[in-house]
Amino acid sequence: MSHQLRVNPIACNGHGVCAELLPEIIELDPWGYPILRSAKVPPALVMHARRAVATCPTLALLLERAQDRRP
Amino acid sequence: MTVTASRAAQAGRVVLPRLLAGAGQQLVVGLAEHEREYGTLWLRGRSGQRRPERLIDMVEAAGLTGRGGAGFPTGRKMRSVAGRGEAVVVANGAEGEPASAKDRLLLTYLPHLVLDGITLAADAVGATEAYLCVHRQEHDLIDGLAAAVAERGRAGLDPVPIQITGIPGRYVSSEQSSIVQYLNGGPGKPTFSPPRPHDSGVQGRPTLVNNVETLAHVALIARHGDHWFRGAGLPSAPGSMLVTVDGAVQWPGVYEIELGTAAGEVVMLAGGPAEDLQALLIGGYFGAWLPVEVAWPVRMTQASLRAVGGALGAGVVIALPGSSCGLAETARVVRYLAEQGAGQCGPCLMGLPALAGAVADLAFQGGRGRAIEAIAALLPLIEGRGACRHPDGATQLARSAMRTFIADARWHDQCGPCDGVSRAPLLPIPEDGEEDWNWT
Repeated sequence: MSHQLRVNPIACNGHGVCAELLPEIIELDPWGYPILRSAKVPPALVMHARRAVATCPTLALLLERAQDRRP
Repeated sequence: MTVTASRAAQAGRVVLPRLLAGAGQQLVVGLAEHEREYGTLWLRGRSGQRRPERLIDMVEAAGLTGRGGAGFPTGRKMRSVAGRGEAVVVANGAEGEPASAKDRLLLTYLPHLVLDGITLAADAVGATEAYLCVHRQEHDLIDGLAAAVAERGRAGLDPVPIQITGIPGRYVSSEQSSIVQYLNGGPGKPTFSPPRPHDSGVQGRPTLVNNVETLAHVALIARHGDHWFRGAGLPSAPGSMLVTVDGAVQWPGVYEIELGTAAGEVVMLAGGPAEDLQALLIGGYFGAWLPVEVAWPVRMTQASLRAVGGALGAGVVIALPGSSCGLAETARVVRYLAEQGAGQCGPCLMGLPALAGAVADLAFQGGRGRAIEAIAALLPLIEGRGACRHPDGATQLARSAMRTFIADARWHDQCGPCDGVSRAPLLPIPEDGEEDWNWT
């Protein structure tokens, strides 16, 4: 089971809190909106990702569990 | 642009016209004439047995793909909605693509073909509601469709009543999630997905959203079968499609072609070039520019066009003459697309005006050697970062312009605008200031 981040671009207003709390994955574009370097969240960063998700003022950052892939 | 329907058949095989068999007289085809031309529709089967899912099998076997631009397999879409309770069918006739005229031609002259398709799809997926959506400022079209629906009502043809619905005229409002949002009482802007309409659409019910041309093909597949459908086109891209040909051709208009027809052949169907050509815009404003020597032999299929950096889109082919400036044409369209956004997503709201400004600088001011780089830096900041595909359409067009007109772009960047800039605009840009310019 791995975790993935996703931004709801409609909800996002570019507060930029996520990039401060999770600079390992999130950077900001010239207008202040988040760019995810990769959607996948390494296990070591999951706690930090949760905090970024919880702190987003517009709840635009989503942490989802990637589907198990079984043959 | 005049709307004309071609009866021209491909050399050697006379399989077309199909959809346009009843068109060509520039007259509205009424119900009686429609049934004479295309045959009676047997919704319940000739012997009265009912197995509505059989249509989905047939559409799947026919290999029909969506003709609105995305090209998704129609049978699979229908199956994802069927058998999951009371579904809703939405026919998208809003034709957001400004350069396309084929959906309006179908709805204006051959409304019963589309209405047959809606009724068949509703029956197949178990829908209890059906909507046909067109731009709300098109009053004549809405009146004509209402008359056709009334005529069918008197004949008892549509067990599920078809509601003609006017939606906002903006480019992004014809996106499928926008239509669903509008039917749910919203302003008609794209929504964040999932959920997608087939899971939770109108009133939270499974909702099938199909382009009107796609539904017209369904009406013919129900009559003639999947084997017949595959008698046109390629095994990998079967059937026919409507294309809108415009620009520097002798006879601009709507034509029916087999999938896989070479783009150059499409230009020849429209009477051939009216001037020397430098490029074709294939797919419309969500499509891409291709140099004429690249585009000419390319087959009109999603796969062939993708392979050369193009897109099939809604089947628009615009011929750009050598004397026009492709950068100026692109700049006007990117500016239009920037203004047509829903204003919801930051990268689209901020990025598209920036891109439009950069392309306009290059086209009309010259870039003092910096504009090409500025455009290249903006594109990845916009792509794939919206809730819908609107920003991606604009970047694809700009990217293809920078590839196709790179020699021009270098000239503009170093030396200033070329002579082509002063030529009258070729690509149609709808007038703004329409009654529903502002969101309600």
